[in-house]
Amino acid sequence: MTTLVPLTVAVPLVAAAAIAAFGRLSPAWIDNLAATAVAATVTVLATILLVASAHQDTIHWFSGWTPRHSVAIGIAFTVDPIGAGLAALAGALMTAAFIFSWGYFEEVAHLYYTMMLIFLGALAGFALTGDLFNLFVFFELMSVSAYALTGYRISQPGVLQGAINFAVTNTIGAYMVALGIALVYGRTGALNMAQAGEALAGKRVDGLVIAALVLLTVGFLIKAGAVPFHFWLSDAYAVAPAPVGVLLTGIMSDLGLHAIARVYWDVFSGATVGHAGAVRGLLVGVGLLTALVGGVMSLLQSDLKRLLAFVTISHGGIFLVGIGLLEARGLAGASLYVVADGALKGAFFLAVAVAVIRLGSSDELRLHGRGKHRRYLGLGLLFAVCGLGLAALPPFGPFLSKSLIEEAARSAGYGFAVPLVTLATVLTGAAVLRATGRIFLGLGPRREPLLSAQPDEPEKGEPEAEKSRRTRIVLLLPAVALLVIGLGVSLAPGIAALAVQEAARFQDRAGYANEVLRGQLPPLPPLVPHVYAAADWAWGAVSVAGSLGLAALLLLRGRLRLFSRRGRFGLVRRPAGVLTAWHTGAIGDYAAWICAGAAAFSVVWGVLLR
Amino acid sequence: MSYLPFAIAGWLFFVGLYGVVTSRNYIHLTVCLTVMQSSTYVVLLAIGYRNGATAPIFAGISRSTKTVDPVVQALTLTDIVVSVVVVALLLSLTMDMFTRAKTVDPDEVRELSG
Repeated sequence: MTTLVPLTVAVPLVAAAAIAAFGRLSPAWIDNLAATAVAATVTVLATILLVASAHQDTIHWFSGWTPRHSVAIGIAFTVDPIGAGLAALAGALMTAAFIFSWGYFEEVAHLYYTMMLIFLGALAGFALTGDLFNLFVFFELMSVSAYALTGYRISQPGVLQGAINFAVTNTIGAYMVALGIALVYGRTGALNMAQAGEALAGKRVDGLVIAALVLLTVGFLIKAGAVPFHFWLSDAYAVAPAPVGVLLTGIMSDLGLHAIARVYWDVFSGATVGHAGAVRGLLVGVGLLTALVGGVMSLLQSDLKRLLAFVTISHGGIFLVGIGLLEARGLAGASLYVVADGALKGAFFLAVAVAVIRLGSSDELRLHGRGKHRRYLGLGLLFAVCGLGLAALPPFGPFLSKSLIEEAARSAGYGFAVPLVTLATVLTGAAVLRATGRIFLGLGPRREPLLSAQPDEPEKGEPEAEKSRRTRIVLLLPAVALLVIGLGVSLAPGIAALAVQEAARFQDRAGYANEVLRGQLPPLPPLVPHVYAAADWAWGAVSVAGSLGLAALLLLRGRLRLFSRRGRFGLVRRPAGVLTAWHTGAIGDYAAWICAGAAAFSVVWGVLLR
Repeated sequence: MSYLPFAIAGWLFFVGLYGVVTSRNYIHLTVCLTVMQSSTYVVLLAIGYRNGATAPIFAGISRSTKTVDPVVQALTLTDIVVSVVVVALLLSLTMDMFTRAKTVDPDEVRELSG
C-alpha cells in the first residue's frame, strides 16, 4: 500500500515530462486523452489511500530512510484521510477540467497539459507530505505552475496584471514560509513535522517560536486569500482560463488553509497548548472578517468570474473559522466543506465558461436577459443549483459542513459566529442567484451603479462550439458531474461521524508523532453518530431564504421602489464604494497590506502567546 | 551564536518589501523580490553555521572534524533553484506586458480593480 503513496505524485510528474518531450510529435487529442487518464488515475490512487488510511496513516519513507531511535532523517509522506481526500478532489477537478478543455480550447499546445499535470502533482504532494521543506517545495511548484497557467491565454493586459499580482504576492508568501521553516529547523533540528512537534512540545513559547508560527501562518494565509491578504486572488481568478480556474478556485486556496491546520497541529500545538484561546480568537476573527468582506464584495461584482473569486475568498473565511475553532467538529466541517464547496465552485466556474461561449460574455449586466430562451434552460438550472448550493441548501454537502462548523462554534463558546457565517452564505448565494435571475429570467435593471465593471474579454461567440450538440454536452457534462459530487457528499451514510473521527485523529499531535516516529498506533477516537440539531435546520432555512430574498430584493428593488431616493441609496453605496476602492489592482498596495497584516499577526500573537 | 546574520536577513527582507511596495517598474520589482529572497539564504546559512567548522565535504577528512550543517546548504540550493523559476517567469510576463501594453509600470496597467 505504501508504494501507492509516491505514485500519486510521480505519475503526473512523469507524464508531464513525457508530454513535454513527445507532445510535439503526437496529435493534440492523444495528449488530452493521456492527460485525462493520468488525472483520473491520480483520483483513483488518492481515493484508495483515503480508504486505506481510515484507521492509521499510510506512511512512506523515501528510499527506506525510516526513523532510527525515533529520529527521522529521511523524508516521509504521511497520508491521512483528510489529505488524501484533498488530493482526490484535486484529481477529480483536474479530470473535469481536461474533459472540459476538449471542447473549450480551439487549439492548445502540448505544454498546457505539461503545466496542468505538474500543477496536479504539486497539489497532491502538498496535501500528502509530512516534511516541512517538502511542503515548501510543493508550495512553490504549485504556485509557479499556477502563475504560468493563469497567464496562459493572454487576450488583454489585464491577464498579465492578474498573473503578475498573483506571482508577486504568493512569492512573498513563499519566502515567509521558507523563513518560518528555517526558524523551526534552527530550533528543533528537524524538518519532519512529527519530530519538530516532539521537540517543541511542552517547551516555553518564546519569541522565535512565535515568529515561526506567524511567518508560516501568514505565508499560507496569503495562498488561502484571507483578508487582508486576499487582493491578488480576485485579480488572478478573474482572468485565468476556465479549466485552470476550476483548479484555482476549487482546491488551491483551500490547500493553504489545510497547510495551516497541518503545521499548527503537527508542529506547534504541543507548545501553544496553554494559549489555545489566543490562537483560536485570532484565526476565527480573521476567518469571520474574510467571510464577510468576501461576501459583500461578491455582491458588488458584475463580472461572473470575479464574483466567484470573491465567493472563494468568503468561503475560505468560513473554512478558516472551522479550522480555527480548534475542535474536531470544526475541522471535520471545514474539510467536508472544502470538498463540497470546491466541487460546486468548480462546476460554477465551468458554467460561467459555457455562458461566455454560448452567450458571449462573462459580464452579468451585458448578459441581461440573453439566456431567456428555452435552449439555455439547462445552463440556467446549473447556475441556479450552484447558487442554492453555495447558500448551503439542506440537506446537501455545504449544509452538512456548515452545520458541523456551527455546532463546533456553539460548543467552543463562539455562538456569535453562527449568524455571521450564515450571513456570508446568504451574501454569496444571493450574488450567484441574482446573476442567474438577471441572465436567465431577464429580471432587474440593465444598469447598476453599485456593480464594479471589469474589462470584458473580446466577444468571440465561437460559432463552432455553438453548432455542435456533442460539444455542448462535453462542455456541460463535467460541470454536472462536479455538481453531483459537491451536493451528494453529505448523503454518503455516516460521513459526518467518520469525518469527525478523522479530524480528532488529525488533531492528536502526540498520537501522530508516535505513529510516524515509533510506529505505535494511537487508540482510535470514538465514532459518534452525527445528529443534526434543530438550530442547524433553522440556520439552513435562514441561509437559503435569505439568499433568495436578497437576490429578489436586489433585482426587483426598482419595481418595489426601494432605495429609489438618492439619500437612502447612498447608505448602501458609500460604504460599498470605500470597500471596492481598497481593491486597487496595484501590486504595491497589496504588498503593503501583506506587511500590515503580518505586523498585526505578530503584535497579537507576540503579546498573547507568551 | 551571533545575532548579526538575523539582523541582516531582517534588513534584506524589509528593504526588498519596501522596494516591492514602491516600485514603478516590473523589472525593478522582480529584482526587489530577489533581494527579499536573499534574506532566506542568510537565515538558512546562519542557522547551520558553526564557529571554526569546515565545509561539509566528507571525503578526505576525519570523522571527528567539525563541519557546518549540510542540510541547510541543501535547502538553500533548493530555494535558489525554485526561485530562479519564479524570476524567469515574472520577467517573461513583464516582456509580454511590454509587447501588449507598451509599459512596464504597474500603475499604468490597472485594468482590474474594484
